[in-house]
Amino acid sequence: MKILVCISNVPDTTTKITFTPDGKAFNTAGVQFVINPYDEYALTRAIELKEAQGGTVTVLNVGEAETEPNIRKALAIGADDAIRVNLKPTDAFLVAQQIAHYAKEGGYDLILMGRESIDYNGFQVHGMVGELLGIPTIAPAIKLDVNGSTATLEREIEGGKEIIEVALPIVASAQQPMTEPRIPNMRGIMTARTKPLQVVEPVGQEAKTSVQAYELPPAKSGVKMIDAENAGELIKLLRNEAKVL
Amino acid sequence: MSVLVVIECANGEVKKSSLEAASYGSKVAAALGTSATAVAIGDVQADALTRLGEQGITKVLLDNDSRLHNFVGAAYVKVISKVAESENSSVIVLSNSNIGAAIGSRLAVKLGASLATNVVALPQINGSSFTVRRGVFSGKAFSDVELSSDKKIIAVKKNALDIETAAEATATVENFSADLSDADFATAPKETIKQSGDILLTEADLVVSGGRGLKGPENWHLIEDLAKALGAATACSKPVADVGWRPHHEHVGQTGITVSPNLYIAVGISGAIQHLAGVNSSKVIVVINKDPEAPFFKAADYGIVGDATEVVPKLIEAAKALDK
Repeated sequence: MKILVCISNVPDTTTKITFTPDGKAFNTAGVQFVINPYDEYALTRAIELKEAQGGTVTVLNVGEAETEPNIRKALAIGADDAIRVNLKPTDAFLVAQQIAHYAKEGGYDLILMGRESIDYNGFQVHGMVGELLGIPTIAPAIKLDVNGSTATLEREIEGGKEIIEVALPIVASAQQPMTEPRIPNMRGIMTARTKPLQVVEPVGQEAKTSVQAYELPPAKSGVKMIDAENAGELIKLLRNEAKVL
Repeated sequence: MSVLVVIECANGEVKKSSLEAASYGSKVAAALGTSATAVAIGDVQADALTRLGEQGITKVLLDNDSRLHNFVGAAYVKVISKVAESENSSVIVLSNSNIGAAIGSRLAVKLGASLATNVVALPQINGSSFTVRRGVFSGKAFSDVELSSDKKIIAVKKNALDIETAAEATATVENFSADLSDADFATAPKETIKQSGDILLTEADLVVSGGRGLKGPENWHLIEDLAKALGAATACSKPVADVGWRPHHEHVGQTGITVSPNLYIAVGISGAIQHLAGVNSSKVIVVINKDPEAPFFKAADYGIVGDATEVVPKLIEAAKALDK
């Protein structure tokens, strides 16, 4: 089984978000970048499937050279090889085009990624890749198993979940509790250095959206404290002052 | 040119998030000088669709193929793209749900449209420039995004905009058949497991959420009892889901569910930045924590410093005393 796992390079979840003074760009100064947490579920599940059933796991990232430490990290966790499409990922369709092109070229059975990146929050790329390739997308998946040429997935829906059986190839996007993400061990880190990381040029540059400006939400005006002895007072304030009850 | 709103239905009714989308779509139509049509899929009664007139919808097209009662991506996309074609729709509005996002992303490729998800405000339209504001960085910021294609798809974030209601207005309901084949249902679910009884977290107006400050699962009844007294949904922090006190689908935060209710009550949650990302678009935030230095108080509207086991029973009592 050939598995392709798409990963994004995103600010660490503890990052305090700030923008350049003109509000046009994310301020990356001092920011630690990590593999998108949702993508880690996809990556770990892909490695588990490979270990149990054989096959290969290829990691794909659309990004510029600074994403390579996190691509190496994915190789250290257990992917076999990697592709970096040398392009700044500014738009979901732009990214989906790259993934679809290289996924088609590689002939993968399973194309996995996280449900969304924690910076752009698009929740779009998996559906676009599926449509571009003309194969089903199951998103967001909370469970994934493969038996021969059939995948069984649990898909989260509002208010429950669905069990879906579908023939490969498919695109699926992962979220918890699909599996427990792994961290690289020393042996993995050593072997990752020599695993192949191929840098390829982008195909097409068509973007359909462009960010004009960023803004932070307004700060809270301050907290009103209520004495614990009179906690019941809170409920009255919520009804009469905040008017939410 | 027209605006098309995708209406999700369940149990005979239109989902609240779709009423928000309908209200949004009618306002976009008014700004563009056109009318708003809706396409409804799923298990719904015709009179629920007629009432979409109250949100400014003039006409509803309904495909009542019973195979569509469960969500099947390929089939839904086929129905909606056929309607969009016949109605010559230039703007399509959906709800930013799991279903809406799954439809929107495929539809955008099929129609060559620009897609914006997680949208929190009406578009700014100036000549040919069409810009929408959407949530980014997991609730920590907003971005204004220009949609450059002729066709635009907008997925509206739940509870971000009010539902406008004009009394007495009605929409006409017409049947629409997309002539679906069995192949369109290749990913039909084998089985659907519904969460029973509870108020749905993602649709809830009021949420009561618990963290490690509750000390153990034996105290979880405090969260449930307060939620019940208020008519709220329950949620939890990531550590609580990770240790298995509560299921993962209740975990609110950066890598869990993002909620934007009118009221979010956090009990025994310190307010790590990842948790705040999942809740900071809530209209009113209440924090109950025994540590006065808990960072969550900085993001709160109301706060109580105290132990959950002492404070929450007083809240339950006061909530029960409210006349409904």
